[in-house]
Amino acid sequence: MSFWRSNRFWAWIALSFGILYFALPLIGTFEFSLRMKRGEYSFEAYRVILGDPRFQATFLYSVMMALLTIVVGVLLVVPTAYWVRLKLPRWRPVVEFITLLPLIIPAIVIVFGYIRMYNTSSVLPLTGSAFGTDILMVCGYTVLALPYMYRAVDTGLRTLDVTTLTEAAESLGANKVTILAKIILPNVLVAILSGAFLTFAIVIGEFVFAALLNRPAFGPFMQLIGANRAYEPAALAVIAFSITWLCMGLMQLVTRLQKHTQVKQFR
Amino acid sequence: MSVISEPVETAAATVIAKPRRSLAWLGILPFLIFALLFLILPTLNIVIGAFQNPAGEFTLANIQKLFHPSILASYWISIKVSVASALLGCLIGFAIAAAIVLGGLPAWIRSPIMTFSGVASNFAGVPLAFAFLATLGRLGLVTVLLREGFGINIYAHGFNILSFWGLTLTYLFFQIPLMILIITPALDGLKREWREAAAILGANGFQYWTMVALPILWPALLGTFALLFANAFGAVATAYALTGSSLSIVPIVLFAQIRGDVLQDPHLGYALAFGMIVVTIIANTIYLWMRARSERWVKS
Repeated sequence: MSFWRSNRFWAWIALSFGILYFALPLIGTFEFSLRMKRGEYSFEAYRVILGDPRFQATFLYSVMMALLTIVVGVLLVVPTAYWVRLKLPRWRPVVEFITLLPLIIPAIVIVFGYIRMYNTSSVLPLTGSAFGTDILMVCGYTVLALPYMYRAVDTGLRTLDVTTLTEAAESLGANKVTILAKIILPNVLVAILSGAFLTFAIVIGEFVFAALLNRPAFGPFMQLIGANRAYEPAALAVIAFSITWLCMGLMQLVTRLQKHTQVKQFR
Repeated sequence: MSVISEPVETAAATVIAKPRRSLAWLGILPFLIFALLFLILPTLNIVIGAFQNPAGEFTLANIQKLFHPSILASYWISIKVSVASALLGCLIGFAIAAAIVLGGLPAWIRSPIMTFSGVASNFAGVPLAFAFLATLGRLGLVTVLLREGFGINIYAHGFNILSFWGLTLTYLFFQIPLMILIITPALDGLKREWREAAAILGANGFQYWTMVALPILWPALLGTFALLFANAFGAVATAYALTGSSLSIVPIVLFAQIRGDVLQDPHLGYALAFGMIVVTIIANTIYLWMRARSERWVKS
């Protein structure tokens, strides 16, 4: 049938167009990042940017923020998702709706709200000190990561029989903290990890929160370099893309590992 | 540290909840308090601020200021960029997803494309702007290649990366993959039998698409369009790193307003933010409504 053949022809056209559109900016960026020395390709831009003390400081700061966000996110989401599944199924739509709100309300609006609510003349003047602002940043990033974290953990919990596991543990004398730490957490670890990698990828280059709360994070540093330099931004883009790629790769790997263990369990 | 100790409170709450009856909701209290403090109250604060004057009295004056021509122009260009990037993102993403699922391409192609889509849909923000500057900027690879290889100077033909089309082209880098990620499961849900039944009844490919497949996919398509729209509408970092404040889309005007670069009236900022919430809520309501409709049909 000519219909099927023409189908395949159009499929290749669509795919080639896609590959061209997505490959060109990546190739273009990489090529541009090598052009710093005149007349030859070199890794000079990478050497300059990696050697910049501000790069090291802001990158480290954002890594710390990302790790703290993951910890707070896990401590907040895992008990909540567990408890909703175990005891409060009727609250589920409410909790799910709240976790989806960060996708609806633009981040810039949320941070604007923080600045207004936690300013120095408020009841809780978090923006008054660097430490307080850092707490606010971690909370804000936890909010941004909430949709992904909650969905990942909730999907992980779906494969478990939460009620039976809890009752079995309780009959052996475990309290709720023990159950969460020793039974639920290990069982949804893969889901948590995949949520964690995504959170890391989001937080590491985040710009709006850090810029408006005035903290020395990696996102505003990249923007500053972009406004003032020619070749270093391209090098930064390559580095940032590699980090995103690494996080997603690890996420895939972890999910695949989970499938393996599940198969083993059923045997 | 107070934040980190919250789950311990959860545990404490669950112990109290043991006597049963109505105290079980205490278990999600830490979550609710967190959401209230860092998501809901800050947003409400902005919404209320939009209807207050500096003395704290109720007023509609801030909302009225949104209808100033320069502000309206910002909303208009924001909506144009969001619609264009969502529309093109939907069309191209759909074409690629259809190529993978229905196009008879080798099966191994699917997995790398889905993985790449996962990466690219998260590659928004400052680095994305750099990538496009390095590619389509005045000295970018493609610009130079076109000029020296083919004698086409795109900048002489009115193209500029710091423009409406430049921004749209850049947003497509995360819009197309997002569309692929969302629409591929929906395309998988199209049953083979439907196509075969249509073929037996004498339908050609075009008729199958317009009379069977598209009506089924329509809610999913429209819903994803709304999601992509909201996705582009709220984006700040990419546009700011790409154009500075030369292209005054709403998020950038708001960003400048908060930073105090153009601070004439803080309450106008609240109104701007309020306007953004209204637009994204409309877009997402359409998305949720359409998703509920499409789930009736597309079940695996």
